[in-house]
Amino acid sequence: MAAVTLLEARGLTRHFGGLKAVDGVDFDLAEGEIHALIGPNGAGKTTFVSLLCGRVPVQAGTIRFAGADITRLPAHKRVGRGIAYTFQITQIFANLTVFDNVALAVQRRGGPLDADTRAALERVGLADRADQIAGTLSYGHQRVLEIAMGLALKPRLLILDEPTQGLANAEIDTFKALVRQVVPETTVLLIEHNMDVVMDLAERITVLNFGEVLATGTPAAIRANPAVQAAYLGG
Amino acid sequence: MTVATRIWAVHLAVLALLLAGGFLLPAYHQTNVAKVMVLATYAMGYNIAFGYTGLLSLGHALFFGAGLYGAGMLVQHAGVGAGPAALAGIVAGGLAAAVVGLLALRTQGVAFMIVTLMFAQAGYLTILYNTAWTRGDEGIVIAREARVLMGFDLSADLPRYFVGLGLFAAGLVLKLWLVRSPTGRVMVALRENEERSRMLGYDPYARKLAALVISGLYAGAAGAAYGLLFGYVGASLASTQYSILPLLWVLLGGAGTVLGPLVGALLMFYLIDYSSAFTTASLLVVGAALVLLVLFAPKGILGTLRDRWLKWLP
Repeated sequence: MAAVTLLEARGLTRHFGGLKAVDGVDFDLAEGEIHALIGPNGAGKTTFVSLLCGRVPVQAGTIRFAGADITRLPAHKRVGRGIAYTFQITQIFANLTVFDNVALAVQRRGGPLDADTRAALERVGLADRADQIAGTLSYGHQRVLEIAMGLALKPRLLILDEPTQGLANAEIDTFKALVRQVVPETTVLLIEHNMDVVMDLAERITVLNFGEVLATGTPAAIRANPAVQAAYLGG
Repeated sequence: MTVATRIWAVHLAVLALLLAGGFLLPAYHQTNVAKVMVLATYAMGYNIAFGYTGLLSLGHALFFGAGLYGAGMLVQHAGVGAGPAALAGIVAGGLAAAVVGLLALRTQGVAFMIVTLMFAQAGYLTILYNTAWTRGDEGIVIAREARVLMGFDLSADLPRYFVGLGLFAAGLVLKLWLVRSPTGRVMVALRENEERSRMLGYDPYARKLAALVISGLYAGAAGAAYGLLFGYVGASLASTQYSILPLLWVLLGGAGTVLGPLVGALLMFYLIDYSSAFTTASLLVVGAALVLLVLFAPKGILGTLRDRWLKWLP
């Protein structure tokens, strides 16, 4: 592949006491791709992306993003560089309106606040709920709002931590359409347990197991990989 | 009427009412309301930190005291005029908040309460023991001749009332503008969910420090005004009680509402004033009022009104 590398991690390590949550991971993201991160529970997926977005400090290794070393950059500055993260457990501002939730993302990057916020809500189908208090939305809509906040930052890299968890099938289809829309302007890194979503969306897949990379490749290659089958897919 | 017009109309109407009060109120109540307006300014500052940004400080007496003594000692020992002394008091309040914030904001929640409380206690004891400068327990009585601002005698009822109103009005307008601005939205976001705010690209530490410094500037301004308008600069005004009072006023009026601090301070002041006419246990009345508040309107008076009817109230 001749694609430009957007993010490059080398020897990334994070241990919690004796637990090797992430242990010497090398990882490359090509600009504009949809890349899925899979692995059994406790494989270190969330810790790994937390290292990338700066929520958890790196113990060893380096991260380069768009050509610059961001290993020691605090999380809020990484957002400024274009890395957005949506949480595994929905983290919205439950007591604020849907509009204010997205406006907070829009005003961080600057631009016409009202118009851009409305546009971002329009895009995910929440425009008619702009004045509703976010905490009173259905669970599915809250997940969508979380993604809308990520998108409203217009990031170069959007990290989605189990975005389809708890969504109905129709909502998953909407979500897939949404993700396809944002590439290639935005690169997407996706932690996902739903294999249909992964196989359908991802151009490349990385499999983590016990904090290490087990395999990286196209969906077809991953599906055919005997080590992955043994560790995860279970045949 | 758009929401913005309605909001400004309500707040300006309150200011107009207070302005009318300056001409209509009898002298006794004029002094009271002047005091309430100064204390409400202090509480508005407290509300910026606590009600909007979610910083539960128990050390604001230090910032109030910094303004009070910053202005008072300059007038008393250096013969500085009331105007420059007031400015110095404002700066002192902001500076005290910046220093405390730099350290205390490394902590959160209960630890933040305790650290701010300790700083304020250290400040209080410093005032108490440096008798040569502060006259300790006794406090400084600022002479009438020194309390003159632009030719107005601040110890006279009318000028005192209007200076108090001017301070309150400036504080109110500034606060209303602040909380409706993008900066205000980020403050509320930090209160609601700090981690989410951080992952939207906002630096929680810097933003909270800024809110605390603004809060300190308000407290410093109110402290300086208190000393200059009422002529007394005493250690009791920098004691723990004066950290708790703005919290109570804000809770009573409604945390995170622009007018809540005024409502709370006014109500509590008159509750004590009236109840002390027939009992020496006026604080018992205040306690009962607070218990009723927690039971029936935990979001305070304006907070409850906003929840029920006035959703647009900032």
